[in-house]
Amino acid sequence: MGEENKVILHGMWASPFSKRVELALRLKGVPFEYKEEDLRNKSSQLLHYNPVYKKVTVLVHNGRPIAESSLIILEYIDETWKNSLQLLPEDPYKRAKVRFWTSFIEQQLFQTMITVIKTDGEAQEKAIKEVLEKLEMLEEGMKEFFPDRNPSIDSENLGLLDLVFFSSFGLHKVREEVLGIQIIDPEKTPLLFSWVKAINQLPLVKELTPPHDKLVAFLKFIRECSQVFFNLV
Amino acid sequence: MNINLDFNYKSIKPFIFICFHFGILALVFSLIVHRLSQTRKDALIGSLSLITIRLTVDARPTATLIEFSNMEEVKLIGMWLSPYSYRVIWALKLKGIAYEYIEEDLSNKSPLLLHSNPVQKKIPVLIHGGKPICESSVILEYIEEIWPQNSLLPSDPYERAIARFWIKFADDKSPSISNIYRTSGEEQEKAVKDSLEMLKTIEEHGLVGEKKFFGGDKISMVDMAFGAVAHWLGVIEDVAGLKIFEQHKFPRLNSWIQNFKEVPIIKENLPDRDKMLALLKRRREMLLASE
Repeated sequence: MGEENKVILHGMWASPFSKRVELALRLKGVPFEYKEEDLRNKSSQLLHYNPVYKKVTVLVHNGRPIAESSLIILEYIDETWKNSLQLLPEDPYKRAKVRFWTSFIEQQLFQTMITVIKTDGEAQEKAIKEVLEKLEMLEEGMKEFFPDRNPSIDSENLGLLDLVFFSSFGLHKVREEVLGIQIIDPEKTPLLFSWVKAINQLPLVKELTPPHDKLVAFLKFIRECSQVFFNLV
Repeated sequence: MNINLDFNYKSIKPFIFICFHFGILALVFSLIVHRLSQTRKDALIGSLSLITIRLTVDARPTATLIEFSNMEEVKLIGMWLSPYSYRVIWALKLKGIAYEYIEEDLSNKSPLLLHSNPVQKKIPVLIHGGKPICESSVILEYIEEIWPQNSLLPSDPYERAIARFWIKFADDKSPSISNIYRTSGEEQEKAVKDSLEMLKTIEEHGLVGEKKFFGGDKISMVDMAFGAVAHWLGVIEDVAGLKIFEQHKFPRLNSWIQNFKEVPIIKENLPDRDKMLALLKRRREMLLASE
């Protein structure tokens, strides 16, 4: 197989987008090479692969790049490596529901979360209120996916929705510490709380998650110096 | 060894009986099909091909009940001004799917819409066999999966990833176009700048290679995702009194727009230009007055 099926992931250690692609490749058992990108000095190769958005997370398979919205990369991975772990369900209606909610988490929830991270004062308060409202909507929506209200997650049944939710809110404790607010409240959103906890406890996830202190320091750094971080990853 | 080669007429009698009746059934069936409307014929062909595909190629265990799901009732809640609504209409018509269209008054949202899309309360919403599907890109993927005839996405995973990339790009950037008529001053300048950047990116990266459409010779979901550029942008330019799309600056995009609007399903399913112009002008006046 060698060179023929070469997979390279260009990522960044603190990027939720490249992290979830990494997770997906590991879950699917796809051998790949990981290239850490320096955001201040992006390799010319990267800019060649993603000229439109110029973002870091790029998957290169057999020399062909797939960039942007790691959601597209995740669907590509699912369609290319068809094995026992399928990230999307078989049934078209269930697929549509997963796509709807991943889009909601990505476009609506996470974008507002980024505003919370980047701002202070009144602007931040407004964004926090919006995030909490949307998390409650997500809580409601997820009841359909977890009818017994107890997400039992293991590496064998992780799917696209788990990956997207995890990459957006898996590190909520880090944010809560740095921002001094409660994001995922075990009382207001018990399902989301137990869901993220279950995913965080998986051995593979623990292995791929950077140390808590490093993440706290990095989040503080983004807030102070690097407002454009989320545009780059 | 005595081999009996006598032709036993009696043993083939049941066989002739079955063939005869099968022939009658086939005749009756084709007479019924002949009388169906074109869209119903296409739907029937669609479901028969789906069944064949499912039985021969696709060994998915959930196939058995889905086979007939593509003949369940289809409804579309849309709005005559919205390019997102049209994406779904074009997809349904290109695939020959019969559907009931429900026009939504967004200033007075119906119980059906609020029940079908409680999260976003937006159109378009596709309701298939009573089940709602929301978000135009999600709806298009669903339609493609249930009714694979006249495919709107490539079959190769890499080509599909590229198609989805451009659909996402269209989703991300299209709002700048409507912002041109919704805003004024600095905000409008930004909307114009963003729109121009979008056009430039499509010109330089999306339509490379003298292709007729984004995906090659055939129209696909990607072309539909850029419908706003093909038809709505021109009207919005008139409403705002600005010239943004200059043909000589975007030759590839210009050819694409001509090709796109010449596709019969597209040509026959576009909102009336004058009606749009009048409504958007009124809206702009109201928005500016309230500022």
